[in-house]
Amino acid sequence: MAVNQERPLAAGPGLGERIIDVTKRFFDSDIWYSFTRSPVIIVSAVITLIFVGASAFAPLVAPNNPFDLTTIDLLDSFIPPIWQDGGDARFLLGTDDQGRGILSTIIYGSRISLGVGFASVLFAMVLGISLGLISGYFGGTIDAIIMRAADVQLTFPAILIALLIDGLARAVLPRDFHSEVWFYVLVLAIGLSFWVQYARTVRGSAMVERNKEYVQAARVIGIPPFLIMLRHVLPNVMGPVLVIATINLAIAVITEATLSFLGVGVPLTSPSLGTLIRVGNDFPFSGEWWITIFPGVALAVLVLAVNLLGDWLRDALNPKLR
Amino acid sequence: MKLRRGKSLRHGLTAAVAAAALAIGGAVGGAEAKTFKWAFQGDVQTMDPHGLFETMTLGFQSNFYEGLVTRTPDLELVPALATSWENVKPDTWRFTLRKGVKFQNGNSFNADDVLFSVDRINTEGSDMKVVAGLIKEAVKVDDHTVDIVTPAPNPILPLQLEIFYIMDKEWAAENNTTSATNVKGDDQGNFANINANGTGPFMVTERQPDVKTVLVPNPNWWGQNKSNITEAVFTPISQDATRVAALISGDVHMAYPIPVQDWKRLEDANGVSPLTGPEARTIFLGFDQDRDELLASSVKGKNPFKDQRVRQAFYQAIDIEAIRSKVMRGSATPSNLMVAPQINGFNAAMNERLPFDVEKAKSLLVEAGYPDGFEVTMDCPNDRYVNDERICQAVASMLAKIGVKIDLLAQTKSKYFGKVLAQNNYDTSFYLLGWTPSTFDSHNPITALMSCRVDGKGAFNLGGYCNERVTELSDLIQVETDQEKRQALIDEAFKIHSEEVGHIPLHQQPLSWGVNDDATVAQRPDNVFHLQYVTVN
Amino acid sequence: MIAFVVRRLLQSIFVMLAVGFIAFSLFNYVGDPINNMVGQDTTLEQRQELRERLGLDDPFVVQYGRFLVKAVQGDFGISYRHRRPVSQLIAERMPATLELSLVAAFLALFIGVPMGVYTGLHRRGFLSQVFLTISLIGVSLPTFLIGILLILIFGVMSQDINSALGFSLLPQLPTFGRGEVTQVGWWSTGFLTQSGILALILPSITLALFQMTLIMRLVRSEMLEVLRTDYIKFARARGLTNRAVNFGHALKNTLVPVITITGLQLGSIIAFALITEQVFQWPGMGLLFIQAINEVDIPVMASYLMMIGFFFVVINLVVDLLYYVVDPRLRADRAVAAGHQ
Repeated sequence: MAVNQERPLAAGPGLGERIIDVTKRFFDSDIWYSFTRSPVIIVSAVITLIFVGASAFAPLVAPNNPFDLTTIDLLDSFIPPIWQDGGDARFLLGTDDQGRGILSTIIYGSRISLGVGFASVLFAMVLGISLGLISGYFGGTIDAIIMRAADVQLTFPAILIALLIDGLARAVLPRDFHSEVWFYVLVLAIGLSFWVQYARTVRGSAMVERNKEYVQAARVIGIPPFLIMLRHVLPNVMGPVLVIATINLAIAVITEATLSFLGVGVPLTSPSLGTLIRVGNDFPFSGEWWITIFPGVALAVLVLAVNLLGDWLRDALNPKLR
Repeated sequence: MKLRRGKSLRHGLTAAVAAAALAIGGAVGGAEAKTFKWAFQGDVQTMDPHGLFETMTLGFQSNFYEGLVTRTPDLELVPALATSWENVKPDTWRFTLRKGVKFQNGNSFNADDVLFSVDRINTEGSDMKVVAGLIKEAVKVDDHTVDIVTPAPNPILPLQLEIFYIMDKEWAAENNTTSATNVKGDDQGNFANINANGTGPFMVTERQPDVKTVLVPNPNWWGQNKSNITEAVFTPISQDATRVAALISGDVHMAYPIPVQDWKRLEDANGVSPLTGPEARTIFLGFDQDRDELLASSVKGKNPFKDQRVRQAFYQAIDIEAIRSKVMRGSATPSNLMVAPQINGFNAAMNERLPFDVEKAKSLLVEAGYPDGFEVTMDCPNDRYVNDERICQAVASMLAKIGVKIDLLAQTKSKYFGKVLAQNNYDTSFYLLGWTPSTFDSHNPITALMSCRVDGKGAFNLGGYCNERVTELSDLIQVETDQEKRQALIDEAFKIHSEEVGHIPLHQQPLSWGVNDDATVAQRPDNVFHLQYVTVN
Repeated sequence: MIAFVVRRLLQSIFVMLAVGFIAFSLFNYVGDPINNMVGQDTTLEQRQELRERLGLDDPFVVQYGRFLVKAVQGDFGISYRHRRPVSQLIAERMPATLELSLVAAFLALFIGVPMGVYTGLHRRGFLSQVFLTISLIGVSLPTFLIGILLILIFGVMSQDINSALGFSLLPQLPTFGRGEVTQVGWWSTGFLTQSGILALILPSITLALFQMTLIMRLVRSEMLEVLRTDYIKFARARGLTNRAVNFGHALKNTLVPVITITGLQLGSIIAFALITEQVFQWPGMGLLFIQAINEVDIPVMASYLMMIGFFFVVINLVVDLLYYVVDPRLRADRAVAAGHQ
């Protein structure tokens, strides 16, 4: 009810004020109320926060640094979790095939998975919203070109985009960047496969808003199209965009895992959750279940929590469902 | 089934073969048909015996195509389509061909088929040009005698001809497949790509690329088929876990390769066990010693790998025992030579590795002027050898202990080879590679891996290790016919290479098959699998 | 209307051309096909000769042009790996992918729709929460992990579990391939044999899970929206039974978008069955494509991408036409949901 309210005819308040306004309304709102009423959602939020926090402060939180090769000893490999025979107090959840602590690799791995996830969603959002606004507001040829580009985009599976960009980056960039290049490759590849959704959402909304009287009025008095879009169209679509973004974060983490699983993602020396699962997938029969199970569970829990949040947000932001 | 037995008897074979046929027929008549199913990580790429020089493909084809000579499961060279051979002149080998052999379409095998096959491996689409290069010309002496003339005296020619398979001249002409399969797109050769007509112990009855290939015994085979199976079904399964699951659940009788970490699981599981042995493939590390500055390193203006002390420091920093026990689960055989024990020319006395010694390695680096180490990129395949990427990771973490920071670039084999091989100008500074000498002779790695990159030699010497004496030795070994002198030359080449730390040999990787207890199979050290040694209970 | 279709068709051709252009411009960076086509002992000269023979040294525009000229004549080239015409390969593989996708789509529909209706009608019900949560777990596990888990449970552990329990709790199911297939004309079907049907179970469940969740959620939100419209309120006010209202009016009205989006999803199921096919060794087009990537089989990659491009173009066109027919207003939110994969 709050989000889709009628717009005044004249130009609305500035973006900054709007944000404050929205924040204030948020805590007064039904959203906050429904949040505090649902234990599942609170738990999801807490889990997500724990993951984000642990990732952000990984060097402080993790018992050891799995990326520091000088501290890793191959002879420490395949140590079981501490409660099993042969467990080692240094490694709470055991070690992997290279002698890295599983707990530490999960913490550092979530850092990479979430890093890639957030960055690619942000990238997709910026790209998608911009193109969607342009497409919807101007229409005609520009619209056709952008929407056909979206069709082209949907044709390419994320894995192929990742492969192609990876190859391209290696060919174009100087060698010194090669060891870090995978991050940008993943962000680009995953981000590129998401922008279409934002673009289509925003486009639809922009097409509707464009014909509303207050926008036409703004146009008549000479406010540049850029400002009109920013002030009037954008705020209308922030709700759905936020919902898509949350769900995309979950999908981005899964996509990253899938790409890493297929071997085009994060290198083994700085593993993400997906890479850890790929490594673990070599050990389903060998008895070292902790290498497989813990990263898999971590990924599932993280994605589930984010998904639950996104789900709740969608219902909470949909005024029709109250 | 009965039909086949009747047919085989009608053909009036020799007593031994008839007995074998009866034995098979008896087993069939007495019990149900015996189907044997097996799985490998990839599909055989073509049915054309001259289409691809690759172990798996050629090994698979050897079930239905045959060469003049073949090898037993112990790699002993034995007669096949030739019954005997002799070196009549230094550059000429005379092969006496087996009489009474029929191709599976009923045509007789004779000297013309050998001559035709020599022509065929010289055609555009052929990947057997390495073999073609061994043969200057083939001369028909009579219907069952062929002289093969070599470009230079070649004492080991018969050893090199196992994988040169003979195709029927008439069959090829009838089916417009007289040239080797051509990827360019004209129809030439494409019939042989999906159809087979050999002389071997089995025949292909159904071929669905990437899905399955079905074979049945050839009732008219000249030899004695030791197998009791009536049908064999091959399925490629690329995922390790799926392949192992298929074996454990009994969907296939045999699967390979099995990840070394799953051996224990197979031992524990009911009804299956691992079948393992040392493979003839040696895994080693190489350095760019050719460029004046490394392509990917923090050291500028000079190449640290030109300094023997740096190479030795790398060698002694590697704890091969940890790699053997942890990464390879005790399945690898550490090596100081670039060849495996099964290879002709291997000398056990020279296989002692330099000791693992971190302090020594550090001091060597200090002496060489790198007290704080340096940074270098390492190229590594991740789907080519047993646990290749893990070995590279382990090496990276061991080198970190002496201050060398490795940027590990592990890629699929397509991308890895596309980067490091000659066509991309040997774009690597430090790499991992594996090698099985296709001839089972030391001359092959000495030429391909250890010689300077001149005159077509050193094609896989990716780091450009170059010692002129080794290169010279390679030529001498090639033409030396006296076995003792030849061994001395081989020893000398390996000795120089070891002393200079031209490469860092790591180990021979294991063969790793999993077999259902209902079946027995024979394992060859080069990972070739022959159906004719398979029995199913 | 006709002008609209013609314009879209023209745009579609442009889309496919663009797909091909982008694909070819990037193939150079995917790897070198030569090494997979020759053995280790093949000399450098022979490798170079092969490169030239295949035209791999030409600029990508030339390579693309050559591909297009031939493709227009129905010739999509020869697979480097299989050494057979690509059109033949794709025709062989298409039945496998289509059968798997169809079964998965049906599974998704027949489980997803009732669950969606139920959760829509009983918004706050306990069972609804259970359904929603389970479906979320379904989308929270990556497809490859679900596949591996299913293989582990039904392929490997089922024996141990059954023998430990003393009775058959879990069936033993095939974990790879299509089982026995029957040839019906050029179409190979797994529907006619027992092993073929058994082989479909695990992969189709794996593939269906995500779509099922999507459909369930879509039906649920459509139901919720429809249920609060005025005419449903009127229907209730008129004293119609709950049953008549819920199924006669509400569900009927939600079906149009559901069917549309399922159709659209069918396209993406076919296109993105890659992972499932890879895990279960399902010999469909996705597996062909993944292997083509690994082996840098350029003709197969190019043809597959152009074909998928064609699928999407056609499906998008059909969906747009449907919207045009069913609902002249632009239903932006549905287009959004459709783009969601």
